[in-house]
Amino acid sequence: MKNEKIKFRDRIKDISSGLGDSLKESTLWGSIFRPGSPFRKGYSDSPRNRSYVVMNNVLYHLHPVKVKRHGVRLSYTLCLGGLSFFTFIVLTITGIWLMFYFRPTEMAYVDIQTLQTSIAFGSLVRNMHRWAAHIMVLVVFLHMSRVFYHGAYKAPREFNWVIGVILLLLTLLLSFTGYLLPWDQLAIWAVTVGGNMASYAPVIGAQVKFALFAGLEATEATLLRFYVLHVLFLPFIIVIFMAIHFWRVRKDGGISGPL
Amino acid sequence: MVDIPEHLLLKTAEARAKALGISVEQALAEMRGEVKPTKIEKEPDIIEVSPVEVEVKKEAPVPATEVKKEAPVPATEVKEEAPVPATEAKEAPVTITKEAPAPAPEKSNGQIPAEVDFAPETKVTQRLLTVVKAKPIQKPTSEPVDKVNTWPHLMLPEFISLMAMTAFLIFLSAILQAPLLEEANPNITPNPAKAPWYFLGLQEALSYWDPQIAGIMIPGVIGVFGFMAIPYIDRNKDNKPSKRKYAIMLYTFFLAGAGTLSIIGILFRGPGWNWTYPWIDGVWFDDLLDWVHFE
Ligand code: HEM
Repeated sequence: MKNEKIKFRDRIKDISSGLGDSLKESTLWGSIFRPGSPFRKGYSDSPRNRSYVVMNNVLYHLHPVKVKRHGVRLSYTLCLGGLSFFTFIVLTITGIWLMFYFRPTEMAYVDIQTLQTSIAFGSLVRNMHRWAAHIMVLVVFLHMSRVFYHGAYKAPREFNWVIGVILLLLTLLLSFTGYLLPWDQLAIWAVTVGGNMASYAPVIGAQVKFALFAGLEATEATLLRFYVLHVLFLPFIIVIFMAIHFWRVRKDGGISGPL
Repeated sequence: MVDIPEHLLLKTAEARAKALGISVEQALAEMRGEVKPTKIEKEPDIIEVSPVEVEVKKEAPVPATEVKKEAPVPATEVKEEAPVPATEAKEAPVTITKEAPAPAPEKSNGQIPAEVDFAPETKVTQRLLTVVKAKPIQKPTSEPVDKVNTWPHLMLPEFISLMAMTAFLIFLSAILQAPLLEEANPNITPNPAKAPWYFLGLQEALSYWDPQIAGIMIPGVIGVFGFMAIPYIDRNKDNKPSKRKYAIMLYTFFLAGAGTLSIIGILFRGPGWNWTYPWIDGVWFDDLLDWVHFE
């Protein structure tokens, strides 16, 4: 009896590993995972393959094959830049999902209510989008502070700091435009107060506010304007600046330091 | 000091030890500046005597820079000491001599007399005078750095931290409900009306100063252009914290100031923007509505 059990388990194992092998040998599999991928048949852990994992992969757009040893220590970057980027990805995914259920019209408030009460995972995804937005502002700010304390803005990285400040500004603008969208009392008044503060800016403050708000105060025209900025224009711009930012990190010789 | 390869350093030290009659260890230590260089008193080291002509007092004529520096012996002195008997010379710790007594040099004005034969065939007379560091024709512009493979040394920590972040976010979203108040109504102004939290420090600052000034100075000039200009203002090239105390102090002041103003704006401001204590009067911060009304 016991023996048979073992035999049965072995047979299942054989079949599954056989299936796995023939899957990995298929043309389809081999065409997806390029040489060096750990998912390819016969992968072995060698320095050459470790290089291929990055080099033969879309990852090569983000990472070089090798990085400074001190740069991979979590205690140096605290992964804050990476996490800024990652929260942005989470926000994009949850945001696109929210767009299925949201209209930037007089229906906006009702749509959010419906989303929270009658749509599967609606509440969870809305919460994730909102908390991730707050976290992103915080993490980007912390990333900036980490860069400052490491003096990582010094030559040749001066311009990447400038790009960074633009990224911080865009992050704040993304958060601010999103703030209005639920169209509740919190949204409209926070945005009104924020807009009033912007209008104090010299010379162009009032004009900027007028252009941003599509008028003198927060109305439904403002809602549409903020919506378009929030889901299309600002993400588009921030992605471009992120691309430049990451490119510069590499071209400036990778992570700064060690201290 | 330039890095001189160890074996050349040792060779130099040996030569020096031989010349000064000290141990090689001491010569090495002197060259590294660890101990005071040996002063040569009156006992002259005779390092070579040409068979017929001159016995040369070491300090004066030998063009070894180190020796010269230490004891620039005047010409007269050389003359006095030159006719050293061979026996005396033998007593000197490091002496290479020939028995023949030598006449004093004709004109010893500190220069090497032309007729001195410095290289009798019987002796090895080369000395290491200086080490010229070899320079490559192509200069490498960067120092080699210690690198590791991105996979797995960077990507694994990245993956772990993004997983941790996701877990944290899902957990937070499950326990904390995002606020949704009544529908927007332009005719009912809440009291207090607060900006999003990252602007609350600014709003707090605006409540002290004339909006024109605070509005212009704080966000516009300092906030954006000032921050962008930081790398161009801070010309200190050092990135060691101990070498940039001033910059660190300024930024820390900024953090502390912004943090304090924000916390006041978030937690300590109630209706009419009056001071309130969160534990007595409650919190007017609707972003965390669910959390604030948790109990
Ligand atoms: C959306 C916002 C941002 C994203 C996604 C982002 C992403 C990154 C990433 C992934 C790195 C690699 C090193 C690391 O993880 O620390 C980095 C480095 C850097 N970032 Fe950012 N960043 C953002 C905002 C900023 C801001 C606001 C600043 C400064 C004002 C800044 C300045 C820099 C600089 C100077 C470096 C080079 C640091 C070094 O070499 O040590 N970035 N950024």
